[in-house]
Amino acid sequence: MADYEIPETHEFPIIPSIMEGAMAHSAPFVASEEFQTAMGFPSGAETGQLIDGWKEKFLELLEEKLGKYRSLQVFMDTCVKCGACTDKCHYFIGTADPKNMPVARQDLIRKIYRRYFTFAGKFFGKLGIPGFVGAAELTEEAVREMYSYYHQCSECRRCAVFCPFGIDTAEVTMAARDILSMIGMGQKYSNQIIPKIHKIGNNLGLPEAALADTLEGLEEEIEDETGVKVRLPLDEKGADILLVTPSADFFAEPHVDGLMGYAKVFHAAGVSWTISSLASEAANFGLFIGNYEAMRNISLRIRDEAKRLGVKRIIFGECGHAWRVAYNHLNTLAGPWDFLDQNYPIPQHILEFTKDCLDRDILNIDKSENDHMTLTFHDSCNIARASRIGEEPGSQFTTPREVIKAVCNNFHDMPIETIHDQTFCCGGGGGLLTDDLMELRIKGALPRMEALKNTVAEKGVTHMAAICAICKSQFTKVLPYYGMTMDQIVSVHQLVSSAIILEGQGEEAEESDDAEESA
Amino acid sequence: MAIEANGKTFETDEEGYLANLNEWEPEVATAMALAEDCPLTDEHWDIINFLREYYEEYQIAPAVRVLTKAVGKKLGKDKGNSKYLYELFPYGPGKQACKYAGLPKPTGCV
Ligand code: SF4
Ligand code: SF4
Repeated sequence: MADYEIPETHEFPIIPSIMEGAMAHSAPFVASEEFQTAMGFPSGAETGQLIDGWKEKFLELLEEKLGKYRSLQVFMDTCVKCGACTDKCHYFIGTADPKNMPVARQDLIRKIYRRYFTFAGKFFGKLGIPGFVGAAELTEEAVREMYSYYHQCSECRRCAVFCPFGIDTAEVTMAARDILSMIGMGQKYSNQIIPKIHKIGNNLGLPEAALADTLEGLEEEIEDETGVKVRLPLDEKGADILLVTPSADFFAEPHVDGLMGYAKVFHAAGVSWTISSLASEAANFGLFIGNYEAMRNISLRIRDEAKRLGVKRIIFGECGHAWRVAYNHLNTLAGPWDFLDQNYPIPQHILEFTKDCLDRDILNIDKSENDHMTLTFHDSCNIARASRIGEEPGSQFTTPREVIKAVCNNFHDMPIETIHDQTFCCGGGGGLLTDDLMELRIKGALPRMEALKNTVAEKGVTHMAAICAICKSQFTKVLPYYGMTMDQIVSVHQLVSSAIILEGQGEEAEESDDAEESA
Repeated sequence: MAIEANGKTFETDEEGYLANLNEWEPEVATAMALAEDCPLTDEHWDIINFLREYYEEYQIAPAVRVLTKAVGKKLGKDKGNSKYLYELFPYGPGKQACKYAGLPKPTGCV
């Protein structure tokens, strides 16, 4: 593990005394010309330089966004500096940098808005004292500060829950990032990834042959373990269900154990399903960079694949922001979906599918298979604050917990002010899950780590379950920095996978014991 | 950025990955590993060589289960798990080992 200053965890959350400029040095790599061009974004003479005429372009884009998104205009105008949001951001709590207070983050662009788009700002700007009305000149320094602090926001919306006006910093961040991309300051991590989705089919760049090989290996693993042939079909025309899942599910741990869980549930439910190699990704980083076109193009290829394969239903795997985009926008971005079976939700979440199977009692569950663990559950921000899983208000909180409790005997929640709609981000969401932001990720994880540690101490919790690829990868990386181990994070469908007893399972148990150990 | 190995200079990206993947030589891996205080043993080389073979065939690093399974088959069951791989490559087999092996960095939510 590299050397970082790890924030201390406490028995009770502590609001830090502010440390001006504590994270001013933090910024992700800027996308080089290669990656900017692939996205259709312009670049300066060298990576990290602004394009010619950047200032005019910035103001033009800001004006356009203010006109197009009514909410942005309202957010710019309504903040009364009440302070309710200031201590609600995990990045502020973890870094103590006052610019990580949500209101301060908004102000980075609000002061430009004031200077160029309000009467008072223009007036005092001309007098040379724009600061008098909270306005500021658009300088290169201001742009670089935005690049830094708009990449210290995971677009988690926790602050918006506490703002009396519902001002959503996430939306401000998205607008700012989109403008920055257009003046040569796109972020390398996201811009490098998005084109791979179109060229290869997923964020990882996992080509069809590798995906087929990987899935075959997983089929063998399930068979070794259970003695039952469970399929993970790829590009099968005529299947009923298209599973769209984050590519991390094919690649990383504990994600892959969740994927095997979906496969077992589908198998036990007796439905036909398939993965598509060209839509082998649920993630939609277009959301992170605030770019509507990118978001739309990523969604459209799911439509193309659903049509090509002739499926009747679409189900999304465990991914937070993918579900936020799918739940809220799939219809606007890529609809109408009139060619799918209208008797099922479009799209459907894998937890809705599994919950329904559990409710109908068609799965054979042995909860004791998970008795070596005591679970808690991390609500992913994009699911908790931007979508539903199920039909009732709040079902995004109850559905995953009901599924966990249906397959595990031991479950305890973390403190109420850290779960449900008040959940803390894992620290790696919103396009920040990159190694060049490791310090920020570790520090931003503080509130979640603190809540988890305390629940471990008080309730004997041993593992935390999650339903988002980013959360899972982020926790795998940061848990060790907080004195825990990477395998303490598990997939919800991994728990389902362990508890489910497939028809015919165990009949050759004696012979396969050895194989089980090696799996 | 660049790294010196075998009397030559190799260009790398911001994150220390080889810029031209086909320039890779074993000495590059040794130099990268030394710079990160992770001297390479035969055990490391087993992994690096497997990564390169897999990449040659599939144009991507192997998924973690593909890797652990292959390692388990070759070196024995006790080594076919990510714990063993993390002992060898504490920054993560996916990223650290790929870098030494001259593979591109796995991107996405991993
Ligand atoms: S959206 Fe989340 S990360 Fe961004 S400022 Fe608000 S609380 Fe912080
Ligand atoms: S809670 Fe809302 S109104 Fe109050 S300071 Fe924060 S953004 Fe402004």
